[in-house]
Amino acid sequence: MEVTVTVNGDTCTRDVEPRMLLIHFLRDELQLTGSHWGCDTSNCGACVVWLDGAPLKSCTALAVMASGRDVRTVEGLEHDGELDPVQQGFIACHGLQCGFCTPGMMMTARWLLDHIPDPTEAEIREAISGQICRCTGYENIVRSVRWAAAHPDGAAAQPDGKTA
Amino acid sequence: MQVPSHVEYERATSVAHALELLARFGPESRVLAGGHSLIPMMKLRLAQPETLIDINGIGGLSRIAVEGDELRIGALVRHAQLLDSAVAGEHFPVLHDAERVIADAVVRNWGTIGGSLCQADPSEDLSAVFGALRATAVIHGQDGARAVPVREFHLGPYETVVAPGELLTELRVPIRPGGGSAYEKVARRVGDWSVAAAGAVIWLDNAPGTPTVSEVGIGLAAVGAGHFVAGEAEDFVRGRPASEETFVQAGQVAAEHCVPSADQRGPEDYKRHLTGELTTRALRRAAARARGQEA
Amino acid sequence: MTAVPEQVTPIGYGSMRRKEDARFVRGKGTYVDDIQLRGMLHGAVLRSPHAHARILSVDVTAAEAHPKVRAVITGETLRQRGMAWMPTLSGDQQAVLATDKVRFQGQEVAFVVADDRYAARDALELIDVEYEPLPPVMDARRALDAGAPLIRDDLPGRRPGPAGNHVFDWEAGDAARTEEVFARAEVTIAEDLLYPRVHPAPLETCGAVADFDPIAGKLTIWSTSQAPHAHRLLYSLAAGIPEHKIRVISPDIGGGFGNKVPIYPGYLCAVIGSLVCGRPVKWVEDRSENLMSTSFARDYHMRGEIAATRDGTILGVRVHVLADHGAFNGAAQPSKFPAGFFGVFTGSYDLQAAYCHVTGVYTNKAPGGVAYACSFRITEAVYLVERMVDMLAFELGADPAELRMKNLLRPDQFPYTCATGWVYDSGDYARTLQLALDKAGYDGLRREQAARRERGELMGIGVSFFTEAVGAGPRKHMDILGLGMADGCELRVHPTGAAVLHISAQTQGQGHETTFAQIVAEELGISPDDIDVVHGDTDQTPFGLGTYGSRSTPVSGAAAAVVARRVRDKARIVAAAMLEVAADDLEWEKGRWFVRGDPDLGRTIAEIALAAHSDLELPDGVEGHLDASCVYNPPNLTYPCGAYICVVDVDPGTGKVSVRRFVAVDDCGVRINPMIVEGQIHGGLADGVGMALMEVIAFDSGGNCLGGSFMDYLLPTAEECPSWELAETVTPSPHHPIGAKGVGESATVGSPPAVVNAVLDALRPFGVRHADMPLTPAQVWRAIQGRPLRPDLAIT
Repeated sequence: MEVTVTVNGDTCTRDVEPRMLLIHFLRDELQLTGSHWGCDTSNCGACVVWLDGAPLKSCTALAVMASGRDVRTVEGLEHDGELDPVQQGFIACHGLQCGFCTPGMMMTARWLLDHIPDPTEAEIREAISGQICRCTGYENIVRSVRWAAAHPDGAAAQPDGKTA
Repeated sequence: MQVPSHVEYERATSVAHALELLARFGPESRVLAGGHSLIPMMKLRLAQPETLIDINGIGGLSRIAVEGDELRIGALVRHAQLLDSAVAGEHFPVLHDAERVIADAVVRNWGTIGGSLCQADPSEDLSAVFGALRATAVIHGQDGARAVPVREFHLGPYETVVAPGELLTELRVPIRPGGGSAYEKVARRVGDWSVAAAGAVIWLDNAPGTPTVSEVGIGLAAVGAGHFVAGEAEDFVRGRPASEETFVQAGQVAAEHCVPSADQRGPEDYKRHLTGELTTRALRRAAARARGQEA
Repeated sequence: MTAVPEQVTPIGYGSMRRKEDARFVRGKGTYVDDIQLRGMLHGAVLRSPHAHARILSVDVTAAEAHPKVRAVITGETLRQRGMAWMPTLSGDQQAVLATDKVRFQGQEVAFVVADDRYAARDALELIDVEYEPLPPVMDARRALDAGAPLIRDDLPGRRPGPAGNHVFDWEAGDAARTEEVFARAEVTIAEDLLYPRVHPAPLETCGAVADFDPIAGKLTIWSTSQAPHAHRLLYSLAAGIPEHKIRVISPDIGGGFGNKVPIYPGYLCAVIGSLVCGRPVKWVEDRSENLMSTSFARDYHMRGEIAATRDGTILGVRVHVLADHGAFNGAAQPSKFPAGFFGVFTGSYDLQAAYCHVTGVYTNKAPGGVAYACSFRITEAVYLVERMVDMLAFELGADPAELRMKNLLRPDQFPYTCATGWVYDSGDYARTLQLALDKAGYDGLRREQAARRERGELMGIGVSFFTEAVGAGPRKHMDILGLGMADGCELRVHPTGAAVLHISAQTQGQGHETTFAQIVAEELGISPDDIDVVHGDTDQTPFGLGTYGSRSTPVSGAAAAVVARRVRDKARIVAAAMLEVAADDLEWEKGRWFVRGDPDLGRTIAEIALAAHSDLELPDGVEGHLDASCVYNPPNLTYPCGAYICVVDVDPGTGKVSVRRFVAVDDCGVRINPMIVEGQIHGGLADGVGMALMEVIAFDSGGNCLGGSFMDYLLPTAEECPSWELAETVTPSPHHPIGAKGVGESATVGSPPAVVNAVLDALRPFGVRHADMPLTPAQVWRAIQGRPLRPDLAIT
């Protein structure tokens, strides 16, 4: 079946089986391997992307359901090569260790900040409560999101000329 | 990750179109809404439909609005949408209490009210909530629409009165002024099904001092209560003073009549105890809200 | 103090931002499932639905006929090649694909290779296996019964009977002396404690891409491996391919936690698939496979005893352990230690005597046992002793913090040889505990608790003090399958002064690309940004035993420091030649050698590096370039410690536990990157909440695994975890080149007893002395009723 999905602004058409999960479509058909998968039961959230502007566990949707719609993944977080404040926050606050849950966490964080620009710690924890991290104990993920909330335009360039 | 078996896919553009597709593809076709009940089952190959009828594009099934003396909730309303709906929360805080503890924040963006009710998991919170609220389910078939009280909607675990070829389109909740409602749930962890849960909606007469309960609805999830309601406890409470003593005793009645099964969430005696405890708490908070004493 | 990540890169230690983050935040990491090779096929494993059954027949005809299937491999196929069994890390053998019987639910029975993962999954349903179910052994406590079914009839000489499912007996300490101590003690307590079966559950499951090049005769394997060199050797032995023709690459790994130490049948099947099909074969397990068949953790049934004086001096600890090893003994620990480092159950106290006896048994469950940040069974040991100490406090009516303070080892006692022979290197335990108490506001918490108790509210304060033993390990004591646990390391400084460090350790998120660069930076004064750390590829890195057991900093970290110092020493000679002075006339300040008394006269490392590659005349016996290598054999383990305090509130009506606060004071010696150290601790603390309150893999009597998905095996989310409050003391390791100790597993070791102690402290008004983890709402309620559940069995 032919599906046409706009992913990070690019419209892509592929012929796939109706049963193909959206996460596999993104990873295997479009080579966008930044989104991951980690379970069989929609619990872990490693696969979170946006569908029509709202976070979705892409392991729990078929690619055909996304046909004609808009998907945004971690690869689409940066703008013109500049990291999104959420990405900068995760680097600044050690919000990742193995990096496997990170894309999903950042996509949810970006959506949260778009809707609640100054979230409390409780609001951040609730927003990511459908996603598992095994490395960070969540502490620095929360701090990373708070950093992004405090730096909505990102960080200025570093003293040594490097941005995050 | 596990993956579904082969399936065909169709998109419905209207209710009539959906019904026509369901008729055409027969009993091995399934309605696909949010997919968050169905797709997980397909991945585990516990469900192997031949055709999916995607109804996400049907307009008019996502409204939440008061019409006359009813709050009407379209079957395609997402959990997040219901949680976010001021009109729903204003009339029935129990809806917000429950939605806050259904699944998780991301799943709530996509799972639908209709999908959850039609999956009919014995632990489904909304079954208990709409049961307590004495809501009505509107079901469309090719012969027209019929209204089924939610208290008659479930036939058993994972089985409802929605026949193959039919589509649940709306929930209608009767509004009576002056009530209060609340939901109490215990789960082992956020996102887990309830170990037990109780929802209560209560109306008090206007007597000074301790008012009497004029009408009450008590829904139970995950403890085998018939049609997700604690009918005996409702009968007990109705007409009694809205007092702590009444609510504690009501809890005991609910506990006595539920039929919990032991599983890894807990043994039978604990679930029975919890049924009583949560019924009492839900009644207590619903009554406080009816009296305007709590948000 | 919370480490604040620095904006400017420190030249050496400090909370430097991680270099590896650049690719991960862009979604540009390369994990095994990201690898796509031309012509790559996909594998899937058919698994047994039965915990114990004879295989009567396996019919793959229909699967082989599937248009997208390239090969179907069965146990019989492997048996004919002598590959149906593989050695385990404990000297046992494990079936790669079952031949005669299946011995746990989820065991590998057949392997399909197909064009894509969907077809591979479909093809599994086309394989017809006829089983004859056998009664399974699901309760470890019945495994040695006279009538227990025999599981390992594949092992020669095994007969049904009380020894049929016996794996080993092991003991440590002095039984007689301990009995003496217990006999005269004023107070003794005995209790049964279960550390239930749990699972490391890294977010990325295990997998491999195997690519055999028949022309070169070379096998390349990308896999989720915490020990690529050890795996290379094992593949060489199992597949009969010469070791120099095998390349194991661990790309980015999405968490290990010990789960990715063993070689799993799926990896070998992928290798065989590639050999058979002549194309790369990818196999990545799904989550249920991960939970049901890969290395579980713990499953220690312990009977603990503690002896003390009435005024609270702890005299001795004794413990008998029944260790459930599953169907094959696949536990991964140094070979002379079948119960790992459980011997440090002596804890952080000065005991007069101690003794433990561990009996290992087979059951019809997945193999494993040593995993999930256990530091080789130290999770079990610390849980045992810290629970016993708390029960002693309960019995004596003593405050648990005061009781510990009274018995903790004193600084002047180090190095301390404990009653089972371990030599703890350093520690200032009282200071660490006091800092935790101060940070928690302990006295105020106890006052609050008293006030709440009067109102019928259940608040609990749990204390845990742990001594860890990490950094395996000295060659004379430790080996894994005969391999010494020394780590190689190589440093090369380029002519322009940038450097590359090749390490044998294998990061799975611990930040080695940053911290190891920082070690070299500290020694040489080269910016960490100019030091590349190469790891994970056996073709590019020196031999070593990998990363687990918190050994990276103690062993490979030491190796990096040693190799950097060798480079520095060589640089001195080169600098002396450049300056035409004697080497002895030179002094070092970070980044340069200079003439003593004439500080302006010096040469930077960069200048020296260039000169070392130039035509500069060097003294006899000194070779050019600026490189060094070493193999570091640690003289001892390192012994980090910590004091943890957990505050919980328990709802008496529902049994629901809410973790309000968690204070963690860790002492891991010198900290290379405090920010990264804290991150490691945060993660381990979440593990404690998980294990204490919700994680368990239970089985029903029919052999069904009840923890085979993330709907059943519950992991803590951000909502169950409080905001962790950290502090530190620093007691350097006297033998480690930079005074550092390992820390990766400390929090996972120390936190479960803190949370459990807190919950039981909350339940004190009900007189509950002990209840086993996980303390789910049901378990808490049942404990209050005096009828706690057995978590390893199905709830009926």
